[in-house]
Amino acid sequence: MPIRSATSRFRFNPHWLGLLPFALFTVLFLVLPTMKIVVGAFQTPEGSFTLNNIRGLNTPSILSSYWVSIQLSLVTATLGCLVGFMMAAAVILGGLPRWVRSPLMTFSGVASNFAGVPLAFAFLATLGPVGLVTLWLRQEFGINLRAMGFNLLSFWGLVIVYLFFQIPLMILIIAPAIEGLKREWREAAAILGATGAQYWRMVALPILFPSLLGTFALLFANSFGAIATAFALTGPQLNIVPIKLFAQIRGDVLGDPHLGYALAFGMIVITGIANGLYIWLRVRSERWLK
Amino acid sequence: MAFLEIEHLEKSFGTNRVVKDFNLSVAKGEFISLLGPSGCGKTTVLRMVAGFESPSTGAIRIDGKDVVKLRPNQRNIGMVFQAYALFPNLTVAQNVAFGLKVAGVGRAEREARVVEMLRLIGLPDKGPSYPFQLSGGQQQRVALARALAVRPQVLLLDEPLSALDAKIRVSLRAEIRQIQRELGITTIFVTHDQEEALSMSDRVVVMNGGVAEQVAEPFEIYNRPATRFVANFVGQLNRIEARVIAPTTGEIEIGGTRHMLGRSLPSGDVALALRPEALHMGADPARELNLTGQVTEVDFLGSVIRLRVDVAGNRLSADVFNRPDAPPPALNSTVTLSASASDLIILTA
Repeated sequence: MPIRSATSRFRFNPHWLGLLPFALFTVLFLVLPTMKIVVGAFQTPEGSFTLNNIRGLNTPSILSSYWVSIQLSLVTATLGCLVGFMMAAAVILGGLPRWVRSPLMTFSGVASNFAGVPLAFAFLATLGPVGLVTLWLRQEFGINLRAMGFNLLSFWGLVIVYLFFQIPLMILIIAPAIEGLKREWREAAAILGATGAQYWRMVALPILFPSLLGTFALLFANSFGAIATAFALTGPQLNIVPIKLFAQIRGDVLGDPHLGYALAFGMIVITGIANGLYIWLRVRSERWLK
Repeated sequence: MAFLEIEHLEKSFGTNRVVKDFNLSVAKGEFISLLGPSGCGKTTVLRMVAGFESPSTGAIRIDGKDVVKLRPNQRNIGMVFQAYALFPNLTVAQNVAFGLKVAGVGRAEREARVVEMLRLIGLPDKGPSYPFQLSGGQQQRVALARALAVRPQVLLLDEPLSALDAKIRVSLRAEIRQIQRELGITTIFVTHDQEEALSMSDRVVVMNGGVAEQVAEPFEIYNRPATRFVANFVGQLNRIEARVIAPTTGEIEIGGTRHMLGRSLPSGDVALALRPEALHMGADPARELNLTGQVTEVDFLGSVIRLRVDVAGNRLSADVFNRPDAPPPALNSTVTLSASASDLIILTA
């Protein structure tokens, strides 16, 4: 009987080389920075161990910034999921003309990546204090958005701006999942006596739940880590974690990089908890999947 | 009296008429198959009965009640789909109980019915399993149990066996028929597989181009096809071009040889058809048709040997039983085949 040598079993497969750029990229720009953040959060500027940076997070201003960030992320993820899901469902299942779909998906692809200064400028130019829409509404219909309490440079103003990329992102991700709902499931439910609402409650939504959950987690993280749009729109005045973090690490005299590491570490913990929750719920809801 | 009546049913998609003046009466407890090639309209008829498509015109009555205006969930119809359509997020027991749950049936009764149905389909222990944990045949049996659990008035089967492998298909069709007989449920079965239709049905509707070409019992369909399409579509067929010499006595000429059939025929040239199994090896004076030709092909199929014989330009297939004491004729040898005039089908329409 031939004996295979140990070396033949571990023969190098050159196809692994294809993964090298990705692996390098991940190590250099994800793993190493994360490690540096985690280590830096527990170090003094001199390099010795300390918990002072973590304790430094326990100030009203920083705790408030975390709370505002979490609220902003929850609101924009929830609204993004709801509106995006309804739009995707309307286009795919709602009997809308097929020609609507292609432009919507193309627009979603563009809009989901439209963020930062251009997005902030676009919204200031339309819904800002002297924006086109603001003035048009005031002049044509006598509607004064500011007098009605709307301010683009506020929490809800930021929510509206964030939804500009959150909704399209939801559409892009959830559309394939909605397409995966088989027509036969709806018909089988109907022929068994179920109403449309019963079909959605008992079949469609449970099937879509893992995808909805995953997209919600992604939208939450997308919003939680966003800084460019918020900073471009409001400057340093909005109290959210990414702006606080930016203030600590940008290198001016007031900055404290190690507090910045602690802030970033806090963000990693929160997104980690969110992802852990997502994985736990997903495993529970996917028992029926292969 | 008919339990399910379909009258003058028509369906058009835009300018395309896919079902044309379709009529059918189904007795209570009858098993009817809609048989035809792809695009013949059989599935559209089924979907109109289910309520998934609205007829352009026509009536569908179940137990005397017009159901055309009713939604699918108001018709009390059970349906089994080609691709099972089990809800993947529900266990087998939950799938079977689905219709009962939405109908508001109490938990105890639901559970009892699920047990009854799973026993009926021979899967009493599979209640806690998810669909992905079952084989295709098991999934289709669960789909059948789910459809039957609500005690529907009519059961619709939309090519339920076509996604299964050949062996499972044969065993499952016997099971479906047995369960259908046991419950006495009126059933419409859509298939493009003639063997399935002929073996399972009380009657078969052969459809072509949106029209029911023939509605009859399987024996009738196979042996006395009403139209040229039915004769060609159902089973194998030999086509013989002949010239009628004497229409009243049935004297014909095939390739210069005259034969006396002893039955009346239309005058002129006719197309005659014969099933391969109606041709017998060897000359037989008791049979009206004796045809001599050259063997061009011999296919050994196990219990049957299929010969191809060229008779005056007509290429005939003859199925003869394999007998160890009578080896098949050699290629290019000359043989005589005989057939009875009563087995001849005259292709008209």
